[in-house]
Amino acid sequence: MHAYIAGAFEHPTRNAPDKSIAQLHAEVVLGALADAGLSKSDVDGYFCGPDAPGTGPLSMLDYLNLKVRHFDSTNTSGSSYMVHVGHAVEAIAAGKCNVAVIALAGRPRQEGQGKGALVRQDDSRQPDFQWEHPFGIAVLNVYAMCAARHIFDYGTTSEQLAWIRVAASHHAHHNPGAVLRDVVTTQDVLNSPVVADPLRRLDCCLVTDGGGAIVVVRPEIAKSLKRPLVRIRGYGSGHSGQNGGMLDLTSTAAADSGRVAFEQAQVTPNDIKYVSLYDSFTITVLMQLEDLGFCKKGEGGRFVSDGNLISGIGKLPFNTDGGGLCNNHPVNRGGMTKMIEAVRQVRGEAHPNVQVRNCDLALANAIGGQLGARHASATVILERE
Amino acid sequence: MTERILPEPTPTPETIAFWDAAKKGMFLIRRCKECGKAHWYPRSICPFCWSDDTEWVEGSGKGTIYSYSIMRRAAPPYVMAYVQLAEGPRMMTNIVDMAFEDIAIGQAVEVTFRQSEGGFSIPMFSSPGFRRDAGVG
Repeated sequence: MHAYIAGAFEHPTRNAPDKSIAQLHAEVVLGALADAGLSKSDVDGYFCGPDAPGTGPLSMLDYLNLKVRHFDSTNTSGSSYMVHVGHAVEAIAAGKCNVAVIALAGRPRQEGQGKGALVRQDDSRQPDFQWEHPFGIAVLNVYAMCAARHIFDYGTTSEQLAWIRVAASHHAHHNPGAVLRDVVTTQDVLNSPVVADPLRRLDCCLVTDGGGAIVVVRPEIAKSLKRPLVRIRGYGSGHSGQNGGMLDLTSTAAADSGRVAFEQAQVTPNDIKYVSLYDSFTITVLMQLEDLGFCKKGEGGRFVSDGNLISGIGKLPFNTDGGGLCNNHPVNRGGMTKMIEAVRQVRGEAHPNVQVRNCDLALANAIGGQLGARHASATVILERE
Repeated sequence: MTERILPEPTPTPETIAFWDAAKKGMFLIRRCKECGKAHWYPRSICPFCWSDDTEWVEGSGKGTIYSYSIMRRAAPPYVMAYVQLAEGPRMMTNIVDMAFEDIAIGQAVEVTFRQSEGGFSIPMFSSPGFRRDAGVG
């Protein structure tokens, strides 16, 4: 792997009634390029998901009046932006581009998508649609079924899941941009109303407007810039579904994406100092930890307990910006903000109260789609040089 | 309590036989004549061996609850579930006609159909031993 993340930008807004989606997209692109110290004329690769309005990248390339040599609009929902990181590395290695911008932006709160924890993006032509839609499938209840089965199989408890929210809240407390900055206790989580058994309101992420962008560049360019060198050391992707009816609600494709990424990076979970994990729900975090190999399958509940994910307290600090649970979850697609906080940590630019000491190796993982229905996973391992 | 309105299925030429049989109270599953395995959801090509020699067979309609969640934020609340069919595959469905507190993973259940406004019969599951009066759940 020979590419670096030179720029990262998280849009400061969490609620954008006064901006268009295209405008938000443009703002994150400009923000990430400014962070890298690059400009419009340097960009020759453009990556986006379906949150970009229009057909693939075409409308946004036109809006930005950007001329590129390479583009990619792979959509694996919230994990798309980490898949784009992997694809950008491959494109750079193949000589297809030198400076790739990956952008995410949108305003679900203005478009009536703010009520649910997440909104499914379904199409009645999907072959699975008629076998799920009549039963009232929602993002919330398929994840809840994963949690219920995990509890049944492994004795995981709601209090253990609550520790994930507690850790996120400790981190968000130090983030002036976070939507929810109050530190919560496991009791606060347990006292919040059950929304879909066994998940409670505080097991669920936010819905926010905004976005973010990342700039991936070839090594010579990274070394010519004035930013810390963040090398993409490993990348993997994977996916899973109902497997003809042989589905397993307690495992995720993070086992596949993680294995490939760790192999490529030639490191092990023990080497990782910080993790960004997609936290659509607390159970999502717990299952990623297990499947990435940070603990054995079934031991996630014990692993996350007693503040083990809190920076400065636990062994494996996670989502030190407060994550999608407390800080920001733009467009219901958490992969971008997970990448951005991992970059901050590896650069040493996280908030001083949550910065992990000597954070030379970090992992970011995203789930796209839904656990319990169909999902993709993407893993990126970052190294400071 | 408000009556729950079921979203309509959207049959295709590949699946219309299932929904037609359901209207007659039959629960069909799809089985591969090549490898012998039943799968869910039904499709023309076996998802395991990719043979296109698959057929509709009447399922037993029996299974056990693999997982479930009570969607409490909905009005009225409903029970999303995966039921492991006796034939092997796990299918997404709803649990109906049972008190929420009586539902448990591992419990034996049987198919029962619910009508959509569009006249479709939708396969859901319930436990005969715990069944309450129809219309509840």
